[in-house]
Amino acid sequence: MEPLIELRGVNKHYGPLHVLKDIDLTVGRGEVVVVIGPSGSGKSTLCRTINRLEAIGSGTISLAGHPLPEEGRELARLRTEVGMVFQSFNLFAHKTVLANVMLAPVKVRRKKKDEAERRARELLERVGLLEQAHKYPAQLSGGQQQRVAIARALAMDPQALLFDEPTSALDPEMISEVLEVMQQLARDGMTMVVVTHEMGFARSAANRVVFMADGRIVEDRSPEEFFTAPRSERAKDFLSKILKH
Amino acid sequence: MDVLTNNFSLYGEGFLGTVRLTVYSSLLALALGVVMAGFRVAPVAALRAVGTTWVTVLRNTPLTLLFFAMLLGLPRFGVALPFELFAVLALGCYTSAFICEAVRSGINTVPLGQGEAARSLGMTFGQTLGTIVLPQAFRTVIAPIGSTLIALAKNSAIAGSFSVVELLSTYKTLSENGYSVVWSFVWIALGYLILTLAISGLFHLMERRWGVAR
Repeated sequence: MEPLIELRGVNKHYGPLHVLKDIDLTVGRGEVVVVIGPSGSGKSTLCRTINRLEAIGSGTISLAGHPLPEEGRELARLRTEVGMVFQSFNLFAHKTVLANVMLAPVKVRRKKKDEAERRARELLERVGLLEQAHKYPAQLSGGQQQRVAIARALAMDPQALLFDEPTSALDPEMISEVLEVMQQLARDGMTMVVVTHEMGFARSAANRVVFMADGRIVEDRSPEEFFTAPRSERAKDFLSKILKH
Repeated sequence: MDVLTNNFSLYGEGFLGTVRLTVYSSLLALALGVVMAGFRVAPVAALRAVGTTWVTVLRNTPLTLLFFAMLLGLPRFGVALPFELFAVLALGCYTSAFICEAVRSGINTVPLGQGEAARSLGMTFGQTLGTIVLPQAFRTVIAPIGSTLIALAKNSAIAGSFSVVELLSTYKTLSENGYSVVWSFVWIALGYLILTLAISGLFHLMERRWGVAR
């Protein structure tokens, strides 16, 4: 499989705290990689380093063979290739749902307005929210907001999507509507890195499960192997805690 | 009452002078203030330093001193401008420091995630600031900016001491002509009141239109 995202020897510190330790990770094109682990294990930080919302201390990250630029326009251009979906949705509060989805294609990709709007309506239809196009984010439920956020990321036609705990801020009945959209994306062949606590999603949609603890990648295996026969003590301990109930 | 009726054109000229000073200085202060606020939150350290220095120097200098510095200092470097323009520069730069801090506090009320989302979509710093952060910050800074501009209108009286035609300086002519000092000042005060109430009315409308809904 053609590697799309590659991390080599990535280290990051927050002051004295070593949050990412020698991370090596390759995500192939079309692959769905789910990152799980206890809180504070560095999984969100890992996800955020991939589009450089977090700078790294050492190591390299490259996308389709190109190393991530440090700052400025080059970095901005590269970020258009990697969409991101956040735990707290982060929809632009002063813009309507439609404007949220259209904004970056018009401002960044310089698409024509009517073209961007047509595409935005298509994407909103796909996440089942076309009727809400003229509402503001605050008028939507959390699950709806997150689906709009996914549509907004897709509007840039990115090569990969990063999900940073996309369902952690949602009520239980809204989680499934967001996971369904993500399942569909996975089936359509989108390259995805998903930080989540949804083990059901990891089992059914992931090609690989990456288990992190204390800033290290402890296991990197197929979901079937990981969930039925975890190798490390840390993973066994983690799974026994979350699968007990 | 005759003070006003007999000297209506003098008062009018002074009032218009004050209005001109206020409007031009406000525009300059708003433009500079927003740019400096952008500098203060920029990812480039040099820009942040410029912004911080600008605010520190101008906010901590007495306005009268700034007038002296502009009117006596700049001509020494060969910059010769009409006094009114000097006054607009002094007032505008001085007030821009306060506008900058108001805007910056507004920027800080916008959740970090808004900027992160914009950057993750490939927007540059300028686009993020201009289309996502400032429009949301603007809603929270309407009231403090209104107060700052009211202060600017009243501060413009200092320009009168530097040979600029404005409202307060009319009292000199009036007292030379033997009019009652008290009544001269009453009408002057009313002139300022008209201007400041107009500003606060305008900002009240803006707040009703764009302010953060509660």
